[in-house]
Amino acid sequence: MFSEELLKYDWDATTERINSKTAADVLRALNSPNPGIEGFMALISPAADPFLEQMAARSMALTRERFGKTISMYIPMYITNSCTNSCVYCGFNCHNKFKRVILTPAQIEDECKAIKELGPFENLLIVTGENPRVAGVEYLSQALKVCRPYFSNLSIEVMPMSAEDYARLVEDGLNGVVCFQETYNRKRYNVYHPAGQKANFEWRVNGFDRMGLAGVHKIGMGVLIGLEDWKTDVTMMARHLLYLRKKYWKTRFSVNFPRMRASASGYQPNVVMTDRELAKLTFAFRIFDHDVDISVSTRELPAFRNNICRLGATSMSAGSKTEPGGYHTYPQALEQFAVSDERTPAEVADAIRRAGQEVVWKDWDKVFDVR
Amino acid sequence: MDDKLIIGGKEFTSRLFVGTGKFSSNKLMHDAIIASGTQMVTLAMKRIDMENPHDDMLSHVSGHGINLLPNTSGVRDAREAVLAAELAREAFGTDFIKLEIHPDPKYLFPDPIETLKATEELARLGFKVLPYIQADPVLCKRLEEAGTAAVMPLAAPIGTNKGLVTRDLIEIIIAESRVPVVVDAGLGAPSHAAEAMEMGADAVLVNTAIAVAGDPVAMARAFAKATEAGREAYLAGLGVQSQSAVASSPLTSFLDL
Repeated sequence: MFSEELLKYDWDATTERINSKTAADVLRALNSPNPGIEGFMALISPAADPFLEQMAARSMALTRERFGKTISMYIPMYITNSCTNSCVYCGFNCHNKFKRVILTPAQIEDECKAIKELGPFENLLIVTGENPRVAGVEYLSQALKVCRPYFSNLSIEVMPMSAEDYARLVEDGLNGVVCFQETYNRKRYNVYHPAGQKANFEWRVNGFDRMGLAGVHKIGMGVLIGLEDWKTDVTMMARHLLYLRKKYWKTRFSVNFPRMRASASGYQPNVVMTDRELAKLTFAFRIFDHDVDISVSTRELPAFRNNICRLGATSMSAGSKTEPGGYHTYPQALEQFAVSDERTPAEVADAIRRAGQEVVWKDWDKVFDVR
Repeated sequence: MDDKLIIGGKEFTSRLFVGTGKFSSNKLMHDAIIASGTQMVTLAMKRIDMENPHDDMLSHVSGHGINLLPNTSGVRDAREAVLAAELAREAFGTDFIKLEIHPDPKYLFPDPIETLKATEELARLGFKVLPYIQADPVLCKRLEEAGTAAVMPLAAPIGTNKGLVTRDLIEIIIAESRVPVVVDAGLGAPSHAAEAMEMGADAVLVNTAIAVAGDPVAMARAFAKATEAGREAYLAGLGVQSQSAVASSPLTSFLDL
């Protein structure tokens, strides 16, 4: 399991190693067919700042080689904000007093229909808070069955589960699982995640192994940018990805670099990542891993998304509501975080096409998930 | 520098494995093996009289801190390979087995399906399996899951001395593998061995290029140096080949706004 592998890597030594990279290291990584972790560290280091344009060109070329000029579209559907965790930065924090919502199967179906009105979405990401008792695997199984007829590809972003539970949901038509480790800094993890199941670092970080063991087709990873030094955190995530790729070699992977947004928690990020840094990280990740799906959500502003869609990103959400029932049932419920791109899916699709990319709504078929 | 190769629980400081076929005499073979500094020598079971403890070939490779890697060359399927491996374990007192299943007698190409089946069975029986295979990245992953100790993809058809013909595929295998990658077959010159090691291969296996050289002992030494040089270059991080200057920033100017 990855928690044991992670013990090999010291946080501070990794930070130091990244900061010691030189322009020569950056050039070597830019010119290498397979720059590896050392190359990745060089590309996200301060030494890479003068090479941003070359990195963009290399990232664009690699993305075109592997994915063509395409952007795959998805949309999230929040089905509950009930949560027993108390993550200090999150609007769903259990100490935050507001009315919690758990959508019924009928309400979930209404949401499906409302999403289909918004655009020809086929990739659905079902999102919940973490409350295994009232919205656990039974509930998710039911939700997947309700959504199945409406979408070709179903993913979930929910609490980490046992391999048996993942396997059961795969039987129900689940294709992908997204889970953000938030931070790989073991010592600081509980400062942000003091209570609930999420306080268990090992359970969360080993969740990815359990997804792999259960045969989940696609695994999505991410760290929350704004907690710890993002350079160290994404390096740990790159190591995690490398580990998972070698072990679960039939699985596809995606990464996401969510920057902390304002939420009802009122929490302020410890570190702020600029657009320039986010672009650099996107390019670096593509140069490090040519095949990983890089997802850019509506957390980011239209101007950024309109450009990054041809330079390294490969999937995007649009029209997103981050509150349960937001598409139809409860348009006024509390959102998990504020979105920055409020354009309609059609407007986003137009902008992507203007950037020279094809907008892909369907790139999977549910027939592949029939057991 | 502490740079050891570990295969099947054994440590190796030399990353050059040597084969024992095609030498003009056992004496010459012995001298070449010593000159190569190798710690892993493969030999074909079919060449050895396993009932004779004084077999001439065997006595020429024993000792000197050398691990024997018996190979199953001559078997045509998984069933024969498992039988051969069990005989080899008995005769040579080692769990190491170089799995070679090439039903085709002309090019000696390994049969991937039988090799996978045999690896599954041999790993279950506690062998340290080193299978000779095509440079096939998916087969490597399947062998890993079957419990192989290493993978030995071919660089070129065996005996051709053509070098890294399968370079692009071996690059992928090295990048994805969780077990040591030993590049086998087709390396014809020390520069080929160096190239494989520079790419990040864990070891190379050379036979024909040494055995049929004008001076096999000198050639064995040359391969030893090349293997070491390639490894050191890999660890040192190769330099940049080219870098074109970029005057403007058309792709990233949106970040300046």
